[in-house]
Amino acid sequence: MSSIKTIYHNLLAKWHTLTGHKLFWPVFMAAGLAFCIAVDTFDFVDLYLQLILIYVGINIILTVSLNLINGYMGEFSVGHAGFMAVGAYVASLLTVHVCPAGAQNLFFPLAILTGGIVAALVGFLVAIPSFKTRGDYLAIVTLAFCMIVKSVLENIDAVGGPRGLLGMEKLTTLPWVFFWTALSVWVIRNLVYSNFGRGVLSIREDEIASDLMSVNTRQVKIIAFIVSSFFAGIAGGLFAHALQFINPRMFDILKSTDILIMVYLGGIGSISGSIIGAVIYTILLEVLRPIGIWRMVLMPLMLVLLMIYRPRGIMGMKEARMFTPLRDLVTEKLWRQKKKEATDATP
Amino acid sequence: MPLLEISKVTHRFEGLCAVSDFNLVLKPHELIGIIGPNGAGKTTVFNLITGVYRATEGSIKLQGKDLVGMTPYQITRLGIARTFQNIRLFKELSVLDNVRIAHYGQIAYSPAEALLHIGRFRSEEKRITNQALDLLAIFKLDESANEKAKNLPYGLQRRLEIARALATEPTLLLLDEPAAGMNPNEIMQLMDFIRWIRKTFSVTIILIEHQMRLVMGICERLVVLDFGATIAQGLPAVIQENPKVMEAYLGQEVAS
Repeated sequence: MSSIKTIYHNLLAKWHTLTGHKLFWPVFMAAGLAFCIAVDTFDFVDLYLQLILIYVGINIILTVSLNLINGYMGEFSVGHAGFMAVGAYVASLLTVHVCPAGAQNLFFPLAILTGGIVAALVGFLVAIPSFKTRGDYLAIVTLAFCMIVKSVLENIDAVGGPRGLLGMEKLTTLPWVFFWTALSVWVIRNLVYSNFGRGVLSIREDEIASDLMSVNTRQVKIIAFIVSSFFAGIAGGLFAHALQFINPRMFDILKSTDILIMVYLGGIGSISGSIIGAVIYTILLEVLRPIGIWRMVLMPLMLVLLMIYRPRGIMGMKEARMFTPLRDLVTEKLWRQKKKEATDATP
Repeated sequence: MPLLEISKVTHRFEGLCAVSDFNLVLKPHELIGIIGPNGAGKTTVFNLITGVYRATEGSIKLQGKDLVGMTPYQITRLGIARTFQNIRLFKELSVLDNVRIAHYGQIAYSPAEALLHIGRFRSEEKRITNQALDLLAIFKLDESANEKAKNLPYGLQRRLEIARALATEPTLLLLDEPAAGMNPNEIMQLMDFIRWIRKTFSVTIILIEHQMRLVMGICERLVVLDFGATIAQGLPAVIQENPKVMEAYLGQEVAS
């Protein structure tokens, strides 16, 4: 037993030195992107598997961005699918109706970006009622928002009404998904480990105390909502161009619930947890496909067990060391102080 | 010029008058106490000063600037910091982060720089972290900088809360029952501690307290509240002899 433990600790230490190296992330990113481009050009991976990888990426974006609101800020938003719908429709309309023929590939990132920006603007509007409400009340507000988006889309004939929108080319490729996923994880991690991220966390802990400690809680909430909905919009755009068909029903409360499950499965308030949750959930749904309808019994059952044994999710409120930047600032200073005290005490 | 000038402040909750006609003029570097029985409106006064409640009537001026209608974070940035009767730390966050959050208003980078970790981000983070660790070292909390605040023993949590309040760089510090749950020995230490804080950080202090020993020992002036009304104001020795105060605390004497 003890030897297994030492091996584990040695491996963990090696892993930390590896991920702590300053070249780790650049190399990892370059390798990942190169792999995705290779898969995309030479097609040596099964197309079905490629599609699953694309969904994993999209779900990671959705989970990380929702975790910012539900995990780090401690609010309860169920409107994530609504932001996703906004991004999906804006990006699809742009590529289908606005984009000149032949320039699709060039135009695609712009369309996705625009979808994200419009979703962010909508997120800003939803942030305003959240100044007044918290917890259950915010859940109702975002639930209403989700329903509004769905019924508005169903009643505009120009976007296909309840029949939905089609005609998108399959523009969502693995390299693009990799790029947007990496970007969303990186940006949200940066936000969390900044002044504003600490503001977000303090709102979760005690909003009044946070206000009294000079945190501009309004500003913090606006930033969190804008960033979160921006990436939900990006994920929506990618989703639409992977499936090549969207309709309003895809973005109802059930979709939000799916994202919520991934957040709480992986763990609230954790970037690594979000990634783990999205990967496990997406892959498990596919792996369990052969058992048919029993899948819908097994998955909730697993969730119940998870909530009993790990109520905060797999990584709840913990973070893998590779996702925490700026550790050096803290440890270095502490070390210096200790050393100084020791030298002061000697004579 | 007085540091803080509260004149004719009244606050009502749906008809219940929590504080009525409260007046207070505070000179820089004073150390005064607000005392009174439970429910007298002491904490309400703090909530009015810090903007948690908005005064129904009257004015509160800090160095001539009217505070009524400002949000709590704006008032904190003007230089008023407080602690809470029941400790309100950010329990799940580290000791260091508790103090760093209080530096929120002093960081000079923009949201864009924070999202991309560019520009002034790194140097500012370094400055704030070092500043926070220095403050923690002064309060002898630097050893547990990376520990969660909820894991600290009770006494250290109280100390951390004061450190966090001082991190906002206040000119006026409001302490809400700092001696709650302390034994006489600890109260003696706390008295020295409060005097030391006033000298080291050159702050003006208002404290709310039940413990007469503490209040009589360090306060230069006292305000006595009862049912929201100011029943006495003055030197501790005089207050002690005031019949109204004795009545509020001990009840009316039965005529024999």
